Amino acid sequence: MATHKIKVTVNGTAREAEVESRLLLVHLLREAFRMTGTHIGCDTTHCGACTVLLDGQPVKSCTVLAVQAHGREVMTVEGLEQGGKLHPVQQGFTEKHGLQCGYCTPGMLMTSCALLRRNKNPSEHEIREAISGNLCRCTGYVNIVEAVRLAAERMR
Amino acid sequence: MEPRTDAKICGMGHSMRRKEDPRFIRGQGHYVDDIQLPGMLFMDIVRSPFAHAKIKSIRTERALKVPGVLAVITGETLAKYNLHWMPTLSSDTQMVLPTDRVMYQAQEVAAVIATDRYAAADGVEAVEVDYDPLPVIVDPFKALAPGAQVLRTDKKDKKDNLAFHWEAGNRAATDKAFAEAEVVVKQDIYVPRIHVASIETCGCVADFDAAQGKLTVYMTTQAPHAVRTVFALVAGHVGLSEERIRIISPDIGGGFGGKVPVYPGYVIAVAASVVIGKPVKWIEDRMENLQADSFARDYHMTAELAAKKDGTMTALRVKTVADHGYTNASANPSKFPAGLFSICTGSYDLKQAFCEVDAAYTNKPPGGVAYRCSFRVTEAVHAIERVTDVLAQALKMDPAELRMKNFIKPEQFPYRSVLGWEYDSGNYPAALQLAMEKIGYAALRQEQAEKRARGELMGIGICSFTEIVGGGPSKDFDILGLKMFDSAEIRVHPTGKAIARLGTKSQGQGHETTYAQIVAEELGIPASDVQVEEGDTDTAPYGLGTYASRSTPTSGAACAVAARKLREKARKIAAHLLEVSEDDLVWEPGKFSVKGAPQKAKTIQEIVFASYTNYPKGMEPGFEATSYYDPPNLTFPFGSYICVVDIDRGTGMVKVRRFMAVDDCGNIINPMIVEGQIHGGLTQGLAPALFEEMSYDENGNNLAGSFMDYLLPTAMETPHWETAKTVTPCPHHPLGAKGVGESATVGAPPAIANAVVDALSHLGVRHVDIPITPEKVWKILKEKGVAE
Repeated sequence: MATHKIKVTVNGTAREAEVESRLLLVHLLREAFRMTGTHIGCDTTHCGACTVLLDGQPVKSCTVLAVQAHGREVMTVEGLEQGGKLHPVQQGFTEKHGLQCGYCTPGMLMTSCALLRRNKNPSEHEIREAISGNLCRCTGYVNIVEAVRLAAERMR
Repeated sequence: MEPRTDAKICGMGHSMRRKEDPRFIRGQGHYVDDIQLPGMLFMDIVRSPFAHAKIKSIRTERALKVPGVLAVITGETLAKYNLHWMPTLSSDTQMVLPTDRVMYQAQEVAAVIATDRYAAADGVEAVEVDYDPLPVIVDPFKALAPGAQVLRTDKKDKKDNLAFHWEAGNRAATDKAFAEAEVVVKQDIYVPRIHVASIETCGCVADFDAAQGKLTVYMTTQAPHAVRTVFALVAGHVGLSEERIRIISPDIGGGFGGKVPVYPGYVIAVAASVVIGKPVKWIEDRMENLQADSFARDYHMTAELAAKKDGTMTALRVKTVADHGYTNASANPSKFPAGLFSICTGSYDLKQAFCEVDAAYTNKPPGGVAYRCSFRVTEAVHAIERVTDVLAQALKMDPAELRMKNFIKPEQFPYRSVLGWEYDSGNYPAALQLAMEKIGYAALRQEQAEKRARGELMGIGICSFTEIVGGGPSKDFDILGLKMFDSAEIRVHPTGKAIARLGTKSQGQGHETTYAQIVAEELGIPASDVQVEEGDTDTAPYGLGTYASRSTPTSGAACAVAARKLREKARKIAAHLLEVSEDDLVWEPGKFSVKGAPQKAKTIQEIVFASYTNYPKGMEPGFEATSYYDPPNLTFPFGSYICVVDIDRGTGMVKVRRFMAVDDCGNIINPMIVEGQIHGGLTQGLAPALFEEMSYDENGNNLAGSFMDYLLPTAMETPHWETAKTVTPCPHHPLGAKGVGESATVGAPPAIANAVVDALSHLGVRHVDIPITPEKVWKILKEKGVAE
């Protein structure tokens, strides 16, 4: 199997790896880099548990090849907290009880983070639409919507 | 109930933020696939493409040549150790790996062990299995028909496909009541096969340490202790002894009942680790999870209700054919093969009832797990709540009025149901009244009438459910003989900080927070000073685990009892320290003070310190207590839900416009967590009502085997849930609590189905089976000539 040397910036840190062509980005993050905050839930791009930001855009890292991230910037849940300060979406999720088992949470946080970068004041409908590619089996979404709203308010 | 403790102590009634959140929001949860042990190998599974076939041969040569592949395990490999069969939790039997025949599509056929997951997957592709397909039975009615091909030929002398017959109630008296009834309605109701589809799939890391002879298994299990015992019973003959088995259930990404059973994959991974001597990881992918793991429901029910012309219900009769798939792998208490289905008289004061269940073997995956439901309660509630609306329609009565007329009255509690349950407490009219007020029922009926006149389709549906949870009292409840008590152990360290360990296992319910609040409530030690641990069988006391809304009713009670034992010890120490008699002491959360002299007091922290440093003569030192709690009865949470739907005449799409859920789960430990549980439960009730079904074609091919076809509701389909509560404490639970995890999953589907039927009732529609898909509704609209 052919391998490739790739360079990826993950949460601001330059990383290098030699990877098989078929290696998925989520496995690069979880297994090569041992950053296990990004989860795997479905393999078919439906559940969004594996959502990370690739050059600022949310992508499902279970259907992105690691080689596709070459020369690009990846941001994962581990990169949200800065200097010991939680990101407003992280704060919002815990204050509004927007998580239960925690498994979809990293993906939800990344999608929410991307939404709030492009829309400072999203409506309930816009929030629901933004997170519609992220499945949560525990919360019923109501408190996630509230959490994103709270984060938006604090970021404005 | 106002909290008795201040925000610093944070006992019951405080919406304390969750102690689990800091790690989860940082991506620092510790789920099974996050575990990486030195030298760890990876296992992947070869699965059957056929629903029923003879295995002619399994050739592993090519697979063993794949780089990284170390071994291929087949049924023949396991047969050498007599590990190719295992018992199910319902005392049926199940293949771990087959030696000659597969019984359902996606059944495990062989396992490949390799150095990493990609190599293992390559190995799976290279295993060559030669099958000879056999005739398939997917329909349970055909399975039970005379002359049907017998599927379980492994069972000696088995002449049919009946897994079991079970019944409750007085058949003759019920038949008589029906014969004498003024009005009888009858409805076939199917509650389809669905799947828990927790976002985390199942998996394990099995780590056998040959030097110590100790097996450690990190696994996605809701019941780690029971699993340890099952492993010891199954593999005792090959030297796995229970004191040398450690099950660790790490953070779990949703369980919902699907992580109660022991799946073949776990057992194969354990066998592989024991044989190879290295840690072996097995993680299902989503397709395997949906296609092979335990299903839920799949009850074909015929419900009949007898009544007087004025609407007084007199008798209920329910006949069910249950599809159990290849084997009966339900996780039901052994005395109740059809679970607690006999709660089917629901919230109504019925004088006669009879129900029976015939369970069939078919060529589908095994299961029958209690998916966010205390053992078949969802099916029972769907039957009674749906047929109640059918009766209302027949009598041209308002469904709210019919319910109010037949409710068990508040003064009848404790209430003995005709099918034998003692309902602990309830106030059903109050819950329905509140739901009607909150949603504005009268105005909605007015709006509906106006819309109907304009040809618009709007419906209002009610469900007034009674749950039965918290299994359960030892006289009736056991799984494989293990009584269904649960446990708590509290240790308080000299500096006043505590660790509480419990026999249950959270999968998102927030146990680390709520149990800490119980300790805080009872001992006055701040909840923030209480560390809660579950899921490690080497450290936690024995318990049967978390499912059936049983954590608060059992371990929650154990936690309160253990804390109260400690409070009694604290009283003795306080008397010693303050040099007064125990009777002269007054307790308030966090301290004992002397009656009439409140300045003379000792805090719980001072008392705990004294238990290690200055305890009375004759007293054992230390501050530690354990309780194994055998509940005296089950608990009966209840509620009334009202749903409003609009139906698009062009597409048949049902939109849930509003949903008001009034729940009563007794006293509440953490209101924020309770509301979150209700939101989640409602969404898992919405899912089968409108979207989800695990369906099969006539060859037993799974038609919903990935998230492309098995439709979980997203934030777009899920409405903004509205909630409210009444509080009727449980009379027998130490904290008056009842459990809440499953009420909404049980109560939501009939409310939604009733709303849809209500929207179509003027067209002569009296029932629609769930899931109520746009296609199903559009066909009805077309047939009735109202489709646009």
